[in-house]
Amino acid sequence: MKNIRNFCIIAHIDHGKSTLADRLLEFTSTVAKRDMQAQLLDNMDLERERGITIKSHAIQMQFPYKGEVYTLNLIDTPGHVDFSYEVSRSIAACEGALLIVDASQGIEAQTISNLYLAIGADLEIIPVLNKIDLPHAMPEEVSDEIVDLIGCKHEDIIHASGKIGLGIEDILNAIVERVPAPSGDPEAPLQALIFDSVFNSYRGIEVLFRIKNGTMRKGDKLRFLATGKEYGADEIGILGLNQEPRPEMSAGNVGYLISGIKEAREVKVGDTITHVARPTQEAIVGFEDVKPMVFAGIYPVDTTEYEELRSCMEKLQLNDASLVWEPETSAALGFGFRCGFLGMLHMEIVQERLEREFNMTVITTVPSVQFKVTTNRDELKMVSAPSEMPEPNLIKFIEEPYIKAQIITAAEFVGPIITLCMEKRGIIKGQSYLTSERVELSFELPLSEIVFDFFDKLKTISRGYASLDYELIGFRESDMVKLDVMLNGEKVDALSAIVHRSKSYDWGKRLCEKLKELLPRQMFEIAIQAAIGQKIVARETVKALRKNVIAKCYGGDISRKRKLLEKQKEGKKRMRQVGSVEIPQEAFLAVLKID
Amino acid sequence: MAGLYLHIPFCKQACHYCDFHFSTALGRKGQVVEALVREMSLRRDYLGGAELSTIYFGGGTPSLLTAAELTTLFEAIYRYFPVAAGAEITLEANPDDLTRAKLHELAASPVNRLSIGLQSFHEPHLRLMNRAHSADESRRSVLTAQDAGFANISIDLIYGVPTADGDHGIWQHDLREAVALQAPHLSCYALTVEPQTVFGRQERKGLFRAAPDEFVARQFEMLLETSAAHGYEQYEISNFARPGHHSRHNSSYWQGVPYLGLGPSAHSSDGQSRQYTVASNTQYVQAVLERHELPATHEALSPTDRANEYLMTSLRTSAGCNLAYLRQHLGIDLAARHPAYLAQLQHDGWATLTGDVLRLTDRGKLLADQITLELFLEAPASVPSAGSAS
Repeated sequence: MKNIRNFCIIAHIDHGKSTLADRLLEFTSTVAKRDMQAQLLDNMDLERERGITIKSHAIQMQFPYKGEVYTLNLIDTPGHVDFSYEVSRSIAACEGALLIVDASQGIEAQTISNLYLAIGADLEIIPVLNKIDLPHAMPEEVSDEIVDLIGCKHEDIIHASGKIGLGIEDILNAIVERVPAPSGDPEAPLQALIFDSVFNSYRGIEVLFRIKNGTMRKGDKLRFLATGKEYGADEIGILGLNQEPRPEMSAGNVGYLISGIKEAREVKVGDTITHVARPTQEAIVGFEDVKPMVFAGIYPVDTTEYEELRSCMEKLQLNDASLVWEPETSAALGFGFRCGFLGMLHMEIVQERLEREFNMTVITTVPSVQFKVTTNRDELKMVSAPSEMPEPNLIKFIEEPYIKAQIITAAEFVGPIITLCMEKRGIIKGQSYLTSERVELSFELPLSEIVFDFFDKLKTISRGYASLDYELIGFRESDMVKLDVMLNGEKVDALSAIVHRSKSYDWGKRLCEKLKELLPRQMFEIAIQAAIGQKIVARETVKALRKNVIAKCYGGDISRKRKLLEKQKEGKKRMRQVGSVEIPQEAFLAVLKID
Repeated sequence: MAGLYLHIPFCKQACHYCDFHFSTALGRKGQVVEALVREMSLRRDYLGGAELSTIYFGGGTPSLLTAAELTTLFEAIYRYFPVAAGAEITLEANPDDLTRAKLHELAASPVNRLSIGLQSFHEPHLRLMNRAHSADESRRSVLTAQDAGFANISIDLIYGVPTADGDHGIWQHDLREAVALQAPHLSCYALTVEPQTVFGRQERKGLFRAAPDEFVARQFEMLLETSAAHGYEQYEISNFARPGHHSRHNSSYWQGVPYLGLGPSAHSSDGQSRQYTVASNTQYVQAVLERHELPATHEALSPTDRANEYLMTSLRTSAGCNLAYLRQHLGIDLAARHPAYLAQLQHDGWATLTGDVLRLTDRGKLLADQITLELFLEAPASVPSAGSAS
C-alpha cells in the first residue's frame, strides 16, 4: 500500500489536462508512442472533439522512483459544471490532486469550485502551471493567483507543457513525494467506493472502485449498500491501458469489477461496495442520489421512428445513468419522451449522441426546470413541463429553483456580465478581484434563466473570457406563468413555456415574430397568437400563399418537375400538423433560441 | 399516334432568363444536323412504327436552320417515320430571323405552324431579357408570317417582369398588342428566375430581384380576363387558343402520347419510361457520329410515378384530372386516398369535381403545384386486388 498513489486532475476545459495526462502515460510507458491517439483518456468521439471530458475514467501507471516501483492511479474527472457530483466522488477516491492551470489564462471558476472540493476532502494539491511554452504565458501573475488561492509556496508550483513534454518527470516525482500513500486496513470489512461506471457492450457494466478498507477477491459475494443489490465478483482487476484481471485487490487500490450488471442505472456513483458475508457497518460518506435539474421533451423528427428512438434511449441509458426519461405524448409532436438532465450541457450531449451514435434526428422541446406549485388546497405539486402546470386560478403560489453562480472574468467584462445577470433576474452577491485584471463575481439566479442561452450569451459578451460554476441553493417564490402559443386558435403544446410574468409579453412577442419567419405560407392565412390563460399577449399573421405554379411543363420538364414536387412532399412529411397548420421542425427548435 | 421533337441547340445570344440547352457556337450546326439524321436512323423503332401526328422543332432557335438544313431533316424524318396526313408541324422562331425571304422558305417546307418567341412589345423589357430583336420586329414578324400564308401562329409572351413602380401598364400594353395581332394561339409564361441563368446569377449578387408573388399573380389574372374577352380558351396554365388551334404537339405531352425527342438534352417517353439525351453538343455529336450510340439516361416509371405525372400535368389543363383514368389505368382511387383534401378544395373554391373530373378553378390554377403536391402519391401504388379479401 505504501507504494500506491491515487490522484486526480483538476483543470478547466482547454487548460490542457488531457494532453498532460497523455504525456504522463507516455513517460511511464503505460502506452507505447505508436498507440497514442491524441487525448487517450477521452474515449468518446464527442469528448475528443469538444476537448472536454464528459465521463470520468481511470488508468494505472507504474513509475520507478529511487529504486522502487510505484503504482500511480490517475482518476480522471469530468470538466463541466453539470457533473460536479461525479467530480466530488472522483476526488473522494484520491489522496492527491494535480491542479493544472493554463499559464496564459489563469484560474477559472470551475477550477476553483473543484479545488475547494479537493481541499475539503483533504487532498494534497500539486499546482502545475501548464502551457508555459506559450508566448503569451504569464507565469508570474498566474503563480500569484495560485499562491493566493491555495497558500502554497511559489517553488511548489511545477512549470510544465504537455505539448512539448516539459516538466513531466517533475510532476511524477511530486506525486510520489507529496501525495500520501493511502491508509486503510486490508483485514477490515470491505468498504469500496464506486466512483464511476463504464458500459461495455460485451461485458455489461464495469464498476470502477477505490478500496478504502478490506480486500476484494474474485468470486466474492458483494453487496452495494445504497441500492441493497447483491452481485458476484465475476472478474476484478486493475485499469492499465487495458483491463488486467487480478485474483484479489486490497485497501488503497483502484480497479474495476465485472458482475453481470446490465444497466448503468443499477450502479450509483458514490455507493459503497461491501461483502455479503462480512459487511461493513458504515457507508462511505457523501453518497447522493443525483437528481436531474433540467427537463425537456425529445421527439423523433419522423413520427414513425418512435420505437427506434425508445431503443436508442435505452441504449444511451446503459452508459449514462444520470439520464432519466419516461414516455410523453404531445398533440403537436406525437409520441416522445420526457427527459431529465443534469444540466444544459448534459442535454446537448444526449442530443448529439443520439444523432451521432444512433443516427436519430430529434426535436427537443423548451427546456424547463422543476417548479414547486402550491395549489389553493395547499397541495404541493412538482411541475417540470408546461403541460403539468395547473390552471392559473388553482395556483396559490409557485416556487422555482435558485442557484448560486460564480463567474470569473476579466475586469473589462464585469459591466456587461452584471447587466446580463440582472436581465436574468439575478442578484449580485459579491465581487472580488483575484488580481488587478481578474474578477470573481457571485450571483443568485433563477435556474430557469440559465437554461436558456445563458452560456452562449456569457461567452459572447466576454469574448470567451468568462467561466461559470453554479450550485443549487433552494427554492424561492416567483411569479411564473405558462405561456401558450396558438396557430389559428389551436394550442401547440410543444411551444408552451413557463416564464416569469415580467418577461412573458416580450417572450410571446418574439416567439410570434420568429414563428412568422419560419412558418411557410399555406393556402390560408395563419394567425399566430401567444396567450397567458385566456389572455392574448401577442399576435402575428402569416399571409396566405398567393402563387405556386411553374410556368412551363412540357416533355422535357415533366421528369424534373415531378421529382422536385416529390422532394417537397418528402420535406412536408417532416412537418407536424396542428389543426390544419403545418409546422416545420425548425419552428420547434427556434423556441430554444428565444430570449 | 406519336410525337417527334427535334432540339436545335443553337442561339445567336443568351436570353437572361433561359436555362434550356443551347450553344452560341453556330459553326457546329451542320454537325448537329448530321447527328440528328443519324440519331433518327438509330432510334427509328422507338415509337414502334406509330404514325407521327405532330412534329415540333424546338430550341434553342430552330429558325436559325438554313433551308438546306431543314430539307435534310425533313427528308430524314419522312425516310424513317410514317407521318400522318395533316400532321401538325411546328417550328419555333425568333422575330429577328423571320424576314420575308425566310418566311417564304418556311412556307415552302412542310412546316405549317409557327411559334414566335416575341416575349414583349416593350423595348426596355426586351433589352432587360437580352432578346435579339426590337419591339417593332416583334410586331412585324407576325404580320409578315401571316402575309406569307401562316395562319396557325402562336405568340410567346413573358409576364411578371419586375417594374420599378410595381405598375401593370406594360403588361396590359403587351396583352393589347398581342390580341390585336389576331394570332390564334398564345403561350404566356411567368418570368421564372432559374439558378443557371444570367438573372439567377444577378439575383445572387443582388443585382436583380424577381417580382413579388402578388404582382405576378395579379398579371396572371389580367391575362385570364383579356384572353377570355378575346375568344381565347385557357386550355393549360400557360396556353391559350382560339377554337381549333390548341397546340396538338404540346397537348400530347399532357395526354401521355408517346414521343421521341431528338438532339442534345431532348427527352423521350414511350409511356412506361422516360429517357433524356446528354445536354452537350460535343458529347452528343461525338457519340452519335463516331460511335453510333446515344449518350442518354433511361428512367423506368413506376405506377406511382406515372400517376404523379398524370396528376401534375392533367391538373394544369382545362380537360382536368380524370379520376376514372387513374382508377382504370393505374389502379389508384384518388377520392379514397384524399377524401378530406378533395372536399376542402371544393369547399374553399380551389377546384371543382364534376362527375369524375377534377378541375382547378382560376384561383386554384395559381396554386397548381401546391395542390398537386398534396395529391401526390407516396407509397408504391397498390395493385388492385381481384375479389374481396373478406
